[in-house]
Amino acid sequence: MASLISCPHCGTRPKEEFSIRGAVVARPQPGAKEDAWYRYVFIRDNPKGRYQEYWHHAAGCRRFLVVDRDNLTHEVFAVTDATEFAKNAEVAR
Amino acid sequence: MTSYRLDSGGLVNRSYALTFSFDGKSFKGLDGDTVASALLANDQMLMGRSFKYHRPRGPVTAGSSEPNALVTIGSGARNEPNVRATVAELYAGLTAVSQNRWPSLSFDMGSVNSLLSPLLGAGFYYKTFMWPAKFWEWVYEPVIRRAAGLGKMVMEADPDRYEKSWAHCDLLVVGAGPAGLMAALTAARSGVRVILADEGFRFGGSLLSENLNIGGVSAADYATGLIAELASLPNVTLMPRTTVFGWYDDMVFGAVERVQKHVASPSPDLAVERLWRIVAKRAILASGAEERPLVFGGNDKPGVMTAGAVRTYLNRYSVAVGSKVAVFTNGGSGYRTAADLAARGVEIAAIVDARAASEDVVPAGVRVIRNGAVVATKGRKRIDGLVVERAGFQEEISCDALAMAGGWSPIVHLMCQRGQKPVWSEEKQAFMAPDVGSAFVAAGSAAGTDTVSAALRDGAAKASAFARDLGFAAYEANIPDVEGEYDASFAPLWYVPGAKDKAFVDFQNDVHVSDLGIAQREAFRHIEHTKRYTTAGMATDQGKLGNVNTIGIVAGMRGVSPAEIGTTTFRPFYTPVSFGALAGASRGEHAAPTRTSPLHGWAKKNGATFVEAGLWYRSSWFPKEGEKTWRDSVDREVRNVRENAGLCDVSTLGKIEIFGANAGEFLDRIYSNGFLKLPVGKARYGLMLREDGMVFDDGTTSRLGPNHYVLTTTTAYATEVMTHLEFASQTLWPDLDVCFTSVSDQWAQMSLAGPKARAIMSRIVEDDISDAAFPFLAARTVTLRGGLAARLFRISFSGELAYELAVPAGYGEAVADAIMEAGREDGICAYGVEALNVLRVEKGFVTHSEIDGRATADDLGYGKMMGMNKPDFIGKHLSTRFGLTAADRLQLVGLKPIEADKEFKAGAHLLKENAAPSMASDQGFVSSVCYSPTLGHYIGLAMLKSGRERIGERIIVWDGLRNSEVPAEVCAPVFVDPGNTKLNV
Repeated sequence: MASLISCPHCGTRPKEEFSIRGAVVARPQPGAKEDAWYRYVFIRDNPKGRYQEYWHHAAGCRRFLVVDRDNLTHEVFAVTDATEFAKNAEVAR
Repeated sequence: MTSYRLDSGGLVNRSYALTFSFDGKSFKGLDGDTVASALLANDQMLMGRSFKYHRPRGPVTAGSSEPNALVTIGSGARNEPNVRATVAELYAGLTAVSQNRWPSLSFDMGSVNSLLSPLLGAGFYYKTFMWPAKFWEWVYEPVIRRAAGLGKMVMEADPDRYEKSWAHCDLLVVGAGPAGLMAALTAARSGVRVILADEGFRFGGSLLSENLNIGGVSAADYATGLIAELASLPNVTLMPRTTVFGWYDDMVFGAVERVQKHVASPSPDLAVERLWRIVAKRAILASGAEERPLVFGGNDKPGVMTAGAVRTYLNRYSVAVGSKVAVFTNGGSGYRTAADLAARGVEIAAIVDARAASEDVVPAGVRVIRNGAVVATKGRKRIDGLVVERAGFQEEISCDALAMAGGWSPIVHLMCQRGQKPVWSEEKQAFMAPDVGSAFVAAGSAAGTDTVSAALRDGAAKASAFARDLGFAAYEANIPDVEGEYDASFAPLWYVPGAKDKAFVDFQNDVHVSDLGIAQREAFRHIEHTKRYTTAGMATDQGKLGNVNTIGIVAGMRGVSPAEIGTTTFRPFYTPVSFGALAGASRGEHAAPTRTSPLHGWAKKNGATFVEAGLWYRSSWFPKEGEKTWRDSVDREVRNVRENAGLCDVSTLGKIEIFGANAGEFLDRIYSNGFLKLPVGKARYGLMLREDGMVFDDGTTSRLGPNHYVLTTTTAYATEVMTHLEFASQTLWPDLDVCFTSVSDQWAQMSLAGPKARAIMSRIVEDDISDAAFPFLAARTVTLRGGLAARLFRISFSGELAYELAVPAGYGEAVADAIMEAGREDGICAYGVEALNVLRVEKGFVTHSEIDGRATADDLGYGKMMGMNKPDFIGKHLSTRFGLTAADRLQLVGLKPIEADKEFKAGAHLLKENAAPSMASDQGFVSSVCYSPTLGHYIGLAMLKSGRERIGERIIVWDGLRNSEVPAEVCAPVFVDPGNTKLNV
């Protein structure tokens, strides 16, 4: 029926405006081995609990967001713009 | 007269009588009545027949948990089945009809099931109708469905409007009884933004039903005062007739408001029901408590109802449910009902108390049978007596109604809808609301308070705690004294042994105690299994009345505490919600948006037949006079394009405008083929892959400036490609300087194709478009005669000399008209997507019929478009994985029938000659087929195992669906002009 996502650009919006792309997985470097690509494309952990997913604000700002949430309780810990997230991840690396 | 309206009192407007009908008979009720109270006032106790045994039934409650008094209200397309008469607001002209009976409510043939009842216990259907299997579908199910059931649907479109809306508040209060009203008022006085919702048409809850004196006025008058103050506050929204049916993530509540369900002819300007999603920072559940029925033999006879319901009919509606009422109780509620009835002059037959002793006040002159139990009821369509057993002796007592009081269960549904289970309280002998965090709490009897004064205090306390919590100055509520309260405590009594007749646990589903026993014996012991095996707790009331008794009885049978049995799962909706409300405005043509091309008007005036393609309406073909079939038109259009010229609307293609210093690099990574070296002023055909190596989409992309590109997609994948680009730019390569936007709707685009295309286009465009100045794959901004700037692309999807012209959408129709005019002397025609398809199949161009998610670039013959020298592009790395380079992959080929007059269809499979059809012998499938007017026979594109090595082979086109086998020859997929001599002129 409903749940809400706090888009960093548009504010709190209903989930119907978003489409879920799935787990946040880093794309391998171009030179990576086939196994790395295979894992990137086909293998997902599918945990019960806390999970980072790409949510596309398709009916809003059309930004990809990284939603860090518990998929059991739908508690949302953080919503970050995916570009922001990628840059932070770059720094962390 | 057995049930009747008293001369005075009640919350009904005696100066406003309402005429309505029930089963065709006319009745009079009063403003403020429900259908049930009005029928009772007219001595109509029998309101329905039960689901399975067709037993006569009357109302057992006065509220939304009603299992029995289900009626169909309204007529024609507004016929609404399974409405609870106990909550349906009476209006003048209302028509109600009883259900599940034939030929009449009073004489129902189906009641023969009662005689068969020894055979019809739990699991009967599962055990009996097992053989033969086909009989289930054709014989058993239709018969059972006709015999069992609720109201009937009408097969007419709903004439009414529905809508959906959002609301936001600091505090949502669910239920406007004493706790809810006081909570709402306390919070509102602090300045909190409050929404107060109640399913009833009049706020007040139990204050409307109980005979109390609060602060010197009646309970109902006290409620009126609270409501008046609430209504005067600007920060309060009152929502009567609104059921909060669900609690969802992030404190979003679902509610349905019945805006016009209480009027005879709803205004077309308003919705009849409105679905609300209410976002609340805090919420209080003040939904009250449900009185449990007692489970004894014959407890379903019309005239047997809960003690609280009897008080509601008496005090709120001024209706005595009988003239000689018996009471069967295990607590104070039964005594209060007897006292209220006696005070209004109704005779009390006796109070049967299951307990040995109690301190409840007995009305003067009323006989109390302690340690007593009702074991049977008398009467057929209405109770006319009961059998009481005490210390082994039985006694018959005559009565015309029986009030039963089995204790109270807090109504905790909403708080249990997100995974938490209610918690059994040994002290309260009830399931209590679980702790669901600090934002949502129960108050009043929903939280287990026993008295109205406690409910008022609890509501106030919880509201002021929330107000403080939200940063408002808390307001200390002034709770007046409440006089005349009774002790609502009770001793548990799950069922009365020694029943002579069926003792019902779930009235609506005709589940009785022995059914629960069968379920336990046959190993359906988990409460969820017991529910499904016996159907206890199913259907429209979802066990609101019966579930706690079911659990208590099962616990008793197993010798454990109800805590150990637990409850079944609570899910939305609390009460049934109409599909109309859930659909809202998304019905019929409004279910999805309609997209029309900027050239729709042009197509229309040229006589187009349209086809729905996704959300789009596309011009399919343009019939001319004398053409009998669509093929006549399409064949003519194709021939005319190949011989003269044709104009086709291609505006539906996705168009994405791309800018940025790294735009070329970005495209180079998006497409499998290279885009870095695409010169300004040129278009290139590009292939996009998915990361798994399969082809995703194709289209042309043109470079209009050093850092400016326009990309086109297929119509079907316009949105997906846009999302794909956004994903790539935002998450994969945020460092690339690129930005883009969809301009699909901003440009009208048309394809002018045919040998005479240049001659015609020259009359429209000012610029030099000779082959030298504007060669194949040129793409530039040009000026139309008259001054309009437009984009011209020399690309072809037909193999003919062709141009695509894009103009700002608003100019589309005028430009298309001008082209038709300019081409008239050259025999131009309009052509649609059918002809477009024939033209492309003849040239072997692929669409999503071939790019079906399983094809690689090489499968489609585009192996050379894999830029394997590029360091990276999407799909590169897995394109060479095992299986994707196998020699026996399905490859694109052409097919033509050996006998020229033979036809085959897309979807057919390919077999070697003389091979029996099987998965193992399957050689591939036909992806596209058309009749080629150019060649004079059918042609097809197919995906065939190792196809490119098999050119010239004879193959069987096997169509198992249409039962045909056509021998065909495998050929190259380009049927017309393989040398592209027509293109480069």
